[in-house]
Amino acid sequence: MSAREYRTVSSAQGSLLVVRQAPAVAFGDQVLIRDHRNQLRHGQVIRCSEAEALIQVFEGTGDLDLENTWVRFLDQPLEINLAPEILGRIFNGLGKPKDSRPPILSNVRRNVNGSAINPAARTYPREFIQTGISSIDGLNSLVRGQKLPIFSASGLPHNRLAAQIVRQARLVDEESSFSVVFAAMGVSYADARFFQEEFADSGVLGNVVMYINLADDPPVERLALPRVALTAAEYLAFDLDRHVLVVLTDMTNYAEALREVATAKGDVPSRKGYPGYLYSDLAELYERSGRIKDRHGSVTLVPVVTMPSDDITHPIPDLTGYITEGQIVLSRELHNQGIYPPVFISPSLSRLMKDGIGKEDTREDHPRVANQLYALYAKALETRNLAAIIGAEELSERDRRYLHFAEAFDSQFIGQGEDEDRSIIETLNLAWELLSMFPKDMLTRVSETDLARYHRSDK
Amino acid sequence: MSKSEKQGIIREINGPILTIRLPGIRNGEQVKIGQLGLFGEVIALQGETALVQSYESTEGVRPGEPVIGLGRPLSVELGPGLLGSIFDGVQRPLDKVLLASGDHIGRGIHLPALDRERLWHFVPEPASEIGSTLSPGQLIGRVQESAIIQHRILVPPDLSGELLELAPEGEYRLDDPIGQLKLSDGRSRKLKLYHEWPVRAPRPYRRRDHGLSPLITGQRILDTFFPLLKGGKSAVPGPFGAGKTVVQQQIARWSNADIVIYVGCGERGNELVDVLETFPQLQDPYSGHRLMERTLLVANTSNMPVVAREASIYVGITMAEYYRDQGYDVVLLADSTSRWAEALREVSGRLGQMPVEDGYPAYLASRLAAFYERAGRVETQGCGKGSVTLIGAVSPPGGDFSEPVTAHTKEIIQTFWALSKELADARHYPAIDWVGSFSEHVATAAQWWHKEISPDWQRRRGQALGLLARDAELARIVNLVGPEALSSAQRWELEGAALIKEGVLQQSALDPVDTFASPEKQFLLLEMMLTIYDRGAELIELGISVQELTDLPLMARARRAKQTYSSEQCDKIRALMEEFRQAFAKIRLEYAKFKEHTQ
Repeated sequence: MSAREYRTVSSAQGSLLVVRQAPAVAFGDQVLIRDHRNQLRHGQVIRCSEAEALIQVFEGTGDLDLENTWVRFLDQPLEINLAPEILGRIFNGLGKPKDSRPPILSNVRRNVNGSAINPAARTYPREFIQTGISSIDGLNSLVRGQKLPIFSASGLPHNRLAAQIVRQARLVDEESSFSVVFAAMGVSYADARFFQEEFADSGVLGNVVMYINLADDPPVERLALPRVALTAAEYLAFDLDRHVLVVLTDMTNYAEALREVATAKGDVPSRKGYPGYLYSDLAELYERSGRIKDRHGSVTLVPVVTMPSDDITHPIPDLTGYITEGQIVLSRELHNQGIYPPVFISPSLSRLMKDGIGKEDTREDHPRVANQLYALYAKALETRNLAAIIGAEELSERDRRYLHFAEAFDSQFIGQGEDEDRSIIETLNLAWELLSMFPKDMLTRVSETDLARYHRSDK
Repeated sequence: MSKSEKQGIIREINGPILTIRLPGIRNGEQVKIGQLGLFGEVIALQGETALVQSYESTEGVRPGEPVIGLGRPLSVELGPGLLGSIFDGVQRPLDKVLLASGDHIGRGIHLPALDRERLWHFVPEPASEIGSTLSPGQLIGRVQESAIIQHRILVPPDLSGELLELAPEGEYRLDDPIGQLKLSDGRSRKLKLYHEWPVRAPRPYRRRDHGLSPLITGQRILDTFFPLLKGGKSAVPGPFGAGKTVVQQQIARWSNADIVIYVGCGERGNELVDVLETFPQLQDPYSGHRLMERTLLVANTSNMPVVAREASIYVGITMAEYYRDQGYDVVLLADSTSRWAEALREVSGRLGQMPVEDGYPAYLASRLAAFYERAGRVETQGCGKGSVTLIGAVSPPGGDFSEPVTAHTKEIIQTFWALSKELADARHYPAIDWVGSFSEHVATAAQWWHKEISPDWQRRRGQALGLLARDAELARIVNLVGPEALSSAQRWELEGAALIKEGVLQQSALDPVDTFASPEKQFLLLEMMLTIYDRGAELIELGISVQELTDLPLMARARRAKQTYSSEQCDKIRALMEEFRQAFAKIRLEYAKFKEHTQ
């Protein structure tokens, strides 16, 4: 580390600072900035040439002047200290303590940018995680090492759903629970408080590490926060052999911070002003989840994305959906009907479900039951639309059956209590209760054996 | 530093783009960057300075550090040992990288793509006599590369001359000379089991040839409805969750190509792992050997450096052309070309080039066209005929097919398999939309189907598509005024279309029987559904109710036939069809009696 300070700042704008006549500073290096009141700020080199360096200041350049600003180049990339003691602690986006307790001392230091997991080192995620939520376990199963976002919108209970997943998630045949990395970017104080209380009430606080950037904290810090949090998650998973569940909320705030900085840098905008590299940038975060051969631990990722104006084709949810292994979509319509969790199953999907369920993992009929429920629900929604046009009384006997099914499905299968922890067997039995509303020959996606064993008509 | 290498210095670093000062460097030349020795490529020249794109993260690189020009463009190694391997976007072998740098990919690792230690059993070609003149691409010997693929060792495409030496049959390493040529300028040149080729230059061939036979993928909606010829180009566009990757993986598994190259370009790491873990266990339905024996993977996952993503599809297609030159039919799956286009956009943005549509540079369309043009069936320089079939996935933002990458791709390709969100949401898989898809290969494919399977193929295909089109029309009426407004004949049309959709179009990739259907099974299922429809329509015209027909227990069996009978049990499908004929004849007879009785 160099002790030399430079007073050659030539411009300060938004979160960017230009330092002239800087020595050969390295791209990505950390920077300490001392202002006229001797306050320290943190930055990072995002462009450098022989003549000058462009610095992104996490706390912004407000109140800086060009004369009395001293810049020190730390000659190292952004790194954090890691130790088992991070569990139970709260940090800011740069990994500095936010709970008035001492910083973490350790000789384990990691670069927060990480580097890509070699695809040849990965192993395919296939262990079923029971969240106790029927719409997820039954129809969009989560597996260990998966990245499965919650697509939500303002005013929907994504935080409550995320908290319920954190509380209830466990492996069916293993007692060990998850360690939780909670990364909050630009959330309100109330939301942050909600999660803290949730973790405290359910007694998992000692197993949670929180990285929090509130809505009034510097936005640029949001760019570093998920990287810091994921570095901690990788440490817990691959150094300490734990199963880690990472909740990133809210990715929309992250992407907006990225847009802010990109615009200031003069990057060419693509859709809706977001930089062209938004996809790669999000992928750098999401792809850090997974399982690695010969390692016991795993990183499972549940990002929360609030869709601006409920629009699933907005670049943030759209690009997220292209990277993640499925998505859980919440619906305002279901929410307005008082159904919790308001999971709209038609656009929801878990890509890794197929290998995590079935005879060995849950129950042999699970894949077919899920398939059948999806098919019936799709048909039922069609019927519902038809009923809205021509009136329910005009429908045939057969069609009315679909309407009843849709109602029962929404209220009993999708809907459940916030504290209701259904086992996967309970979920599947409930599914059969609903499937039994139809005669056997209308259920073409389940097998004859399934019908004989589980259909309620004979019982 | 060898003679051809030149040294310069780094002046500026802007993410993956660097400005360097290195007089005399060529555009496209490879460079080694900084103390870390990162891999890069020159993309523009301006006086003594050059712009370089780095294939690896430039974190920690400083202005003033050295940069070395390597004197050659980005090239791949071509020789035995490619099959069964997984490479990154610049052809580094990922299994070796794993040994060198652990679970995460390190930087500045330079490893040869092909194993230098492995011994290969080389059999010289008897026709290549010492003293004879060899032309480019001529066969000089063979190596058994995998259980099914015999690797043909060719004279590199840019060399020719008098054969001075040819090694006898025996075990050789890649670096061992196996022959010597005397070039036209009098110099002699050693031949090895492998050679290098620059990825951005298409490999030469004698002349282009027509595609003749369809690529059989075992997927009914593809083979029967929207066929693709060997040597053709196609695109699979679709919003996320519509099943692009499953379609591509199904083609990789079941297509009747000799070699399959799967380029994971900016996609998920776990998808490649899925292929890596399952393919060595899966059996090729044609040869009976393990699928991995004919498969090669190029992996640039979405979190790997974006510039290498741009290179990855060129690396993939160059290897495809190499096997084509040996006379093989190669399928190249590029998943996804949108990520490649985005890499192009990112680099052009950093260069400050004027963006045109959605931030993409003006040369997007021409680059796409040039890439797809490398597909085709050709007469090779030396080994007869070979083909590269190119299937590109496209990931349009928001599922909007009018965006630049989809729109430009659509102009270039011959077969378009459009995935639909609505079908996927209803769990109709594969979610290929029969309205938005097209194939320009139907007439040519028909010749093959008519000869091999049934002269009725094209007529039946047309009939099914017609039925589906009427179904869409009738569905609109139902949505306006309810099903009661339809006549019996119209309702039977809806039933017929539903039979086609459920019994033919929908195909489960997860069901062990349904996942692959031979052309014969495909045609029989189609024939059965249409026979049911035709015979049923006749009965309905006589006055029999739709209900009576839909209530037949046989109907559920028809819908399940795809899963009940494998491709080897086509006679059972024929038997079921016969049962239908009899059942319908019986109904007709009973009805006639009933009519007689009542009159």
